[in-house]
Amino acid sequence: MSTNVQKFPSQFPIPAGPARDPRFPAQSGSAAGKAGPIPVDRPAPGGASQISKVGLNEICLSYRTQSGERLLALDHINLQVRTGEFVCIVGPSGCGKSTLLHLIAGLHPQTSGQILIDGKPVQGPGTDRIMIFQEHALFPWLNVGQNVEFGMKMKGIAKAEREEKTRYYLKLVHLAKFEKSYIHQLSGGMRQRVAIARALATEPDVLLMDEPFAALDAQTRDLLHDELERIWSQTGRTIIFVTHNVREAIRLGDRVVLLTFRPGRVKSEFPVDLPRPRHLEDPAVARAAGKILRELRDEINRSLEAEYNEGVKPRVRTGVEA
Amino acid sequence: MKRAARYIIFYAALFGLWTLLAELKIWPPYLYPTPWGVGEELYNGFHDHTYWIAIRVSMQRVLIGYSISVVLGMILGLGVASSKFLEETMGGLLVSLQSLPSICWWPLALLWFGLSQNAILFVVIMGSLLSVTLAMEDGRKQMPKIFGQAGRNLGAKGFKLFWCVLLPASLPFIVSGLKQGWAFAWRSLITAEMLYMSLGLGQVLMMGRDFSNMSAVIAVMILIIAIGYIVDGIVFKGMERYLQNKWGLTPAT
Repeated sequence: MSTNVQKFPSQFPIPAGPARDPRFPAQSGSAAGKAGPIPVDRPAPGGASQISKVGLNEICLSYRTQSGERLLALDHINLQVRTGEFVCIVGPSGCGKSTLLHLIAGLHPQTSGQILIDGKPVQGPGTDRIMIFQEHALFPWLNVGQNVEFGMKMKGIAKAEREEKTRYYLKLVHLAKFEKSYIHQLSGGMRQRVAIARALATEPDVLLMDEPFAALDAQTRDLLHDELERIWSQTGRTIIFVTHNVREAIRLGDRVVLLTFRPGRVKSEFPVDLPRPRHLEDPAVARAAGKILRELRDEINRSLEAEYNEGVKPRVRTGVEA
Repeated sequence: MKRAARYIIFYAALFGLWTLLAELKIWPPYLYPTPWGVGEELYNGFHDHTYWIAIRVSMQRVLIGYSISVVLGMILGLGVASSKFLEETMGGLLVSLQSLPSICWWPLALLWFGLSQNAILFVVIMGSLLSVTLAMEDGRKQMPKIFGQAGRNLGAKGFKLFWCVLLPASLPFIVSGLKQGWAFAWRSLITAEMLYMSLGLGQVLMMGRDFSNMSAVIAVMILIIAIGYIVDGIVFKGMERYLQNKWGLTPAT
């Protein structure tokens, strides 16, 4: 139970394995175990690929509350995410940022608008977009290895290949020794790393992360930031990361998108050009966060006002988030 | 060790009281059997294979009936849990039907299936089906939604989603319902078997009454209790332990 995450240094040699994605040749091996900034290969803005990896066009979502009135949760969201980009979405609670991820994942249909992956509209869930939830989404009836294997099993991948990839991805998140452990035996940080391995094992193009580190203690979270950055640069995945923590967004993202309080709209976008790796305590990160926080504060105030006015019911549930 | 001691003291006292009352000979032995009379009856019953046959016949019936209940109940419960229409219509009916003792289906079963094994099975199924259905419905609703979402997200759908995600995810919530279903199935079976020449434990019990052999009646009662207890202890306690191992100490959260 008490096995600690701190055991694992964040910059580990990259395990060799089958999963290096041929679509991302620029990543091949160059990041292995080097000190200093992690070289991140990003397509230049407006560069070769005209079609964005994830395209959100005029997304609206409305739902009916229990009292029968229609409420607009997301209001004409437009967002284009490039291949290999790390986009963070921040906003006050209740702005619909988690809901937006559910829509991209295809777990829930939007009311209007279009979600495009490589230019093709999303129709239901697909293993090209894997979600990492805040917590408790690992299957407790399966052990760590079986959890990682799950998506591949659903795809019908042969056993030998499954086992090989499971081992590879568990090594990638430094949990190789825990393949046979059950989920309840792991610490919170280890669980989220299993979730990351499980998501990566289906080899998705896009990782959708829904406040994945919000429930963790500060030290564990810092370590997982390092690991996530390392994994991202190794695998070249596109990541859409939802958080309410502005510093975390700047620590991780190439770009930070700020959503307004209900209905969620894109209020502003902030490119983050700070060199990597960044740290939560960097003055530059704090400065950048300050700018976003000032804008966010208005939204938080609005959300607090709404909470007080709603009295007993502090937060409207969309049914999607639950 | 202390617990074992308490057990021994309690049962020794119970046994002593029974023996004492028998020794006092307040009632004639055909109304109030002695412990050794019951013991002898148990020995004879197993020795001449009457009890072995009765146990085999009864167990076979309850296994068939209960299995059908579990399969049907899971399908029904899942249907009720996932369809608003079914929940509003059938949900209420299921709850109200649960107040009906399953043996009330016996006259109907007799008319539909005749005096046969099938009539007994019908009563057994009606006895346990509702518990399993309600448990499954409840389990499906209590199960954290996130498991279903994560499963679909990872590419599970249709039957695979049910078999690999929804069913195992709701198991901790339905195990008590399955247990209750088993208890109802067992009771319904014995009741139905008492009503005709069924060869099962229920009939052997009634034979004791027909011959005014109270020792035989008590002996069969002990058998019925023992089997119920053993199945509960082996199958369901085992299942609970298994779930606890996998899910951690508090499977319900």
